[in-house]
Amino acid sequence: MEKETNSNNIQSIIFLKNKRLGALFIILALVMVVLFTQNLDAITQTTLNLTHASSSIMTNDLVLNSRQTIIVIAVIIGLAGIYQLIIGFRSKFTLVLGIVFLLFTFGFIVWSVSGSSINITGLLSVMVVRSIPLIIGAMAGILSERSGVVNIAIEGMMLSAAFTASVVASLTNLWVGLLVGILTGGLIAWIHATMCVKYKANNVISGTIINLFAIGITSYFSEKYIQSLDYAYLNNPGFFFPFEIPLFSKIPVIGPVFFNQNIFAYLMYILVIVLNFAIFQTKWGLRLRSVGEHPKAADTLGIKVNRTRTRAVILSGLIAGLGGSFFSIGSIGSFNEQMTAGRGFIALAAMIFGKWNPINAAGGGLLFGFAESISLKLAIFDVAIPSKILAMLPYVITIIVLGGVVGRNIGPAAGGQPYETESK
Amino acid sequence: MSEIVLELRGITKSFGNFKANDNINITLHKGEILALLGENGAGKTTLMNVLYGLYKPDQGEIYINGQKVNIQSPLDAINAGIGMVHQHFMLIPVFTVTENVMLGNEQVKYLDVLDRADTATRIRKLSDAYKLQINPDALVGDLSVGLQQRIEIIKLLYRDADILIMDEPSAVLTPKEVGELFLTVRSLVEEGKSIIFITHKLREVMEISNRICVIRAGKVVGEALTKDADVNRLAALMVGRPVDMNLTKSPLRAGKKVLEVENVSILGRQQKAEVNRVSFDVREGEIFGIAGVQGNGQTELVRALVGLIHPIEGRIKLLGEDITKASPRRITELGTAHIPEDRQADGLVLQSEVSDNLILNRYYLPPFAKKHLIQTNAINQNAAKLVESYDIRPRNPHVPVAKLSGGNQQKVIIARELSRPIKLVIAAQPTRGLDVGSIEYTQKRLLQLRDEGCAVLLVSTELDEIMQLSDRVGVMYRGSVIAIHNTSEIVKEDVGLLMAGVDLTNPQKVLTSQQLVDKSV
Repeated sequence: MEKETNSNNIQSIIFLKNKRLGALFIILALVMVVLFTQNLDAITQTTLNLTHASSSIMTNDLVLNSRQTIIVIAVIIGLAGIYQLIIGFRSKFTLVLGIVFLLFTFGFIVWSVSGSSINITGLLSVMVVRSIPLIIGAMAGILSERSGVVNIAIEGMMLSAAFTASVVASLTNLWVGLLVGILTGGLIAWIHATMCVKYKANNVISGTIINLFAIGITSYFSEKYIQSLDYAYLNNPGFFFPFEIPLFSKIPVIGPVFFNQNIFAYLMYILVIVLNFAIFQTKWGLRLRSVGEHPKAADTLGIKVNRTRTRAVILSGLIAGLGGSFFSIGSIGSFNEQMTAGRGFIALAAMIFGKWNPINAAGGGLLFGFAESISLKLAIFDVAIPSKILAMLPYVITIIVLGGVVGRNIGPAAGGQPYETESK
Repeated sequence: MSEIVLELRGITKSFGNFKANDNINITLHKGEILALLGENGAGKTTLMNVLYGLYKPDQGEIYINGQKVNIQSPLDAINAGIGMVHQHFMLIPVFTVTENVMLGNEQVKYLDVLDRADTATRIRKLSDAYKLQINPDALVGDLSVGLQQRIEIIKLLYRDADILIMDEPSAVLTPKEVGELFLTVRSLVEEGKSIIFITHKLREVMEISNRICVIRAGKVVGEALTKDADVNRLAALMVGRPVDMNLTKSPLRAGKKVLEVENVSILGRQQKAEVNRVSFDVREGEIFGIAGVQGNGQTELVRALVGLIHPIEGRIKLLGEDITKASPRRITELGTAHIPEDRQADGLVLQSEVSDNLILNRYYLPPFAKKHLIQTNAINQNAAKLVESYDIRPRNPHVPVAKLSGGNQQKVIIARELSRPIKLVIAAQPTRGLDVGSIEYTQKRLLQLRDEGCAVLLVSTELDEIMQLSDRVGVMYRGSVIAIHNTSEIVKEDVGLLMAGVDLTNPQKVLTSQQLVDKSV
């Protein structure tokens, strides 16, 4: 009998950690019930508009009773918390956390726009647009880090690419601008690769220097030239317009959200799928991962570690250049100082969230994109929370993700370690 | 004798002023197991790295099947039919077996797309042919060290290597796994492979090899056919002086209890109980041995005893003081010396000088520190004294400890831990990876401490070592101490059975988890 209690004792300690997270869910549920239902009477309704503004397909609006919806959601989250407390989701916890987050956000939306209506399709469409640089940036990060080179310079690569793409596109056309933007990222990545791989510099320091340099040089040229009226023609590139993909764009809700975007979104979809296949199914990908995990083992099998890494970093830069070009010629049609606003770092957060796996990282990118989209959308409603606070949402989520709520994600084993061959 | 497949002529390799290999000549015949015997730092691994293209020799030539070859890189070596099982495995834990084997020599279906199925089939065939029992789809990180080594062997077979170099292959294996390795090695030879077996363990050399080549200080100092060789002479050749292989133990004079462990349970990394209600005590003047196959909770137990992790239940007392939740420093100050299992990770600051490593446990105390300032003179004097009295080589205490051989690194730890008044020594795998001379030294030192009245806790996976040194032995199996016996009252074979979890009262059965709890002492 005594021995049984002993083993229970061990069990209870094992689940102490999980209990904290279960309790978090329950608190979340209580917050919803107490705060979100306070000023709602039993008949207030929330209308969810599912028709995209620029789409030809009509979908019926979804009308929900605000209070009931919020209570149902709170109960689901509460039950998830109780399940976590007693049994635990174990390995599926990250997924559950994501679902709970989405549910909570949904409840939040229902509360915020109660008595009025919100266009959900529009909200999701903006999510995709906002996630483009994040996901492309995350792909760049994955390529570099899988090869064992930490690349925090994605922010700087994107900012520089946004600048050159804007200027060159203004002088020529959008396609040449895009090409130059991509090459700009590649060029900066070549510098990063030279410092990190050839001269074995600390990856983080090299990345930081590149970021500072990129901010400095683009801000200088921006202020000195392209923002001034005399040179205004240098910063008027126009931008890529969205176009519908036949058939796909006819799918209700999903169609207008995903398949009525501009070229950047479509390149992003292709990139995620191709990269995911290439990393895990090809010879190139196997070798790429091997030099990031155990360069010495790769070396003993005749793989050129430093060459593999250099190429991976440059390719990573080309991709970051694509993502950076989006800011100017894919979105607003001009370059503004520091317009990337830390999204290169959020892209890295998406990469970590996705455990260095392209598909999962794309999911992370969409999550952050959603946070941006919602903070934009709710800013126009009369929500009790100031819009500046809402604008912090993406960054808060970044902190939560990187703070390890999702569990500690472990990257490639040799990340950031320069490889030196034996003294010959 | 059969044809010569490999010949090394006049290989010389220096690192700075240090000649690691000095004009070495070696031949290898087809279907032969050549044992390359020598102490750590004798130059065996350097020589093999030259052969494998990792180092470039200063002088010398390599001939394969009579043809001179120029080996510049591992790729050249692989193409020349040379394969190497490295001492530290060159495997990627997050890859599957198939991915590890195919890496660098990938089969593709079309374009660049990997053909995993085809490679897996080849691996299964090789595995069946040599009875290796490898599942190609398993993740390497999930496999035991013994299985990982077999993957290394499959990697070589997959590349059709004819000359196999095995660098200290038994160092990381359990006794049972060593037996299985030897079976594999013999079947490889039957298939016409030729093997160079690097080791410093005399017993293995006598068991597995056909011919022996002894290397000392970078030179070949003796060659013999194994059937003509004599163990004591080999040991003397290797060390350069006569070695006393027999330990003499004075009668036990055990005093009062120094370390008391009561019902201690410890959670491991995977949130799983690695140690389960373990109780024992260690008295003054005795060596208490903990036997067990690697990974049965010994590591966690030792970490708890020195304060690196805390048990989730139970109590640990040192000299009557409760140290269950005490800090490592407090435990050290009470008079505990710790010789850690992983000397490079837990025992030394590899990039620091020997002199600094020698004061890691006392750097904050006079004479090494006055207020907050480090006293360089005192540290240097201490280092000079210890380097001399513990025979640490090289004699220069200002080289980074990483540059020392394994045996000398161990001496640095022993010198640091024992050169102050101590009541308890916790020695975890103290002779692992050491050469004959260093093993002799370490074991004698432990016995000397025992005779001086110190309590010694010896954790070892080497059954012989446990049986020779300890006065009492406790056997750990799956986190429990399943038996404690006086060493004089139990035979080695029974301890071996206990290590495998066999119930001595009913030898047909392996203990189940429930019985483990009931049996725990």
